[in-house]
Amino acid sequence: MSNEHSMRRVTAIRNGTVIDHIPSGQAMRVLEMLGIGGATAVPVSLVMNVPSKKMGSKDIIKVEDREVTQPELDRLALVAPDAHVSIIRAYSVAEKLTINLGEEVVNVVRCTFSNCITTNLREPQDHRLKVVKRDPLQLRCHYCGRPQDLAELANNVL
Amino acid sequence: MAGLITMDDLTNEQILEILADAERLLPVARGEIYLPLLQGRILGNLFFEPSTRTRMSFETAMKRLGGDVVNLGDVKTSSVVKGETLFDTIQMVDGYTDIIAMRHPRQGAAQYAQDAASVPILNGGDGAGHHPTQTMLDLFTIKQAHGRLEGLKVVLAGDLRYGRTVHSLSHALTRFGCELIFASPDLLKMPEEIVSDLRAQGADVVETEDLYDSMNDADVVYMTRIQKERFADEDEYARCAGAYKLHARHLNEVKTDMIIMHPLPRVDEIDPSVDATRHARYFEQAFNGVVARMALLCRLLGVPVPEVVQGGAL
Repeated sequence: MSNEHSMRRVTAIRNGTVIDHIPSGQAMRVLEMLGIGGATAVPVSLVMNVPSKKMGSKDIIKVEDREVTQPELDRLALVAPDAHVSIIRAYSVAEKLTINLGEEVVNVVRCTFSNCITTNLREPQDHRLKVVKRDPLQLRCHYCGRPQDLAELANNVL
Repeated sequence: MAGLITMDDLTNEQILEILADAERLLPVARGEIYLPLLQGRILGNLFFEPSTRTRMSFETAMKRLGGDVVNLGDVKTSSVVKGETLFDTIQMVDGYTDIIAMRHPRQGAAQYAQDAASVPILNGGDGAGHHPTQTMLDLFTIKQAHGRLEGLKVVLAGDLRYGRTVHSLSHALTRFGCELIFASPDLLKMPEEIVSDLRAQGADVVETEDLYDSMNDADVVYMTRIQKERFADEDEYARCAGAYKLHARHLNEVKTDMIIMHPLPRVDEIDPSVDATRHARYFEQAFNGVVARMALLCRLLGVPVPEVVQGGAL
């Protein structure tokens, strides 16, 4: 099935954000990282495990009436670094945003290790996670050196 | 070099240079000669959790070299209890001192402090993380006994899960191509991420629960204390602790030059009968804390240790 067919599984949106090429099965984590849950008022459409030429299969999210911000893109980099993000205005793609996962993730999430010095939120220095490996993603805290629990990161968004 | 937070801050070559400096400083550490290389320098001792050997040996090291020491003192009476952040404490002490030795219950605290400070930080232990100055004195003790670090067979025994000493040491020994045997109860095994890191660095690692069997062809047996509070039930503790208790009678089959080390304090894991054997090195090891830290203080403060150490008599 073509990419176009996958996109048509849900209706086109007038204004908002489309996040495409999310690794299959990761859509829920993307929503968590963006803080989109049951209490979110805007309509959200989600398709999971649809065929993709490039990825084999993928997930897609459409969020209406909300444009993702740079801090949200930084968080997205932790779960779907190769996702394509488009801002939609009046049914057209107004902007294509690039996700950048650099060498280090600064002040996006805090370390998942409970005894790390940075768990004291009164400490003023930056929260820094080093990217050790990109695929699959591996992060380590700059301070305590512990490998990060990726499933836990959504609970540690700053 | 900024500070010493983990052993990764030193190359193998630097480690060997510092150990050679330490060797030359031995008569100074013993108080046989006075060599005030660090006169006019001040060490800030920031111990946010209890320490006897590390704190005292830093203090002794600095004073033997003619330097001075200021102490944070008891955390309960410092501004930490008023809620001061580590960042602010470091900013303050940074202005008072030329170098800081620090122990903190939180992992990563030493790196955090180094990022906040302009003076070098010597990590004296951060949570279950690193304890590189202990590693340096351990390496010094091993090199003193065997004349080399390369290719030795080292058994690390007891609490390998929470013991930061063995974490730092096993990384360092791997860099010198040592064969490592981790002997511990299942509950206190070396953390998986450390074992996989060591293997990724090419380490030859064997994990076992049998201490006595693994000792026979070892060059070093490094014992650690098994803490009662790590166990949910007392019977389990008694069973485990009993299986990691060294007695002189266990040493009949070991190599003659094998040494037994322990970061101290010991409780029951080394019977006093071992003290009089040729293998016991733990008290020399504790003394070596002074000389290794002397060499580190000089290195981090940029003060070269003379090739021939001579000084005035006391």
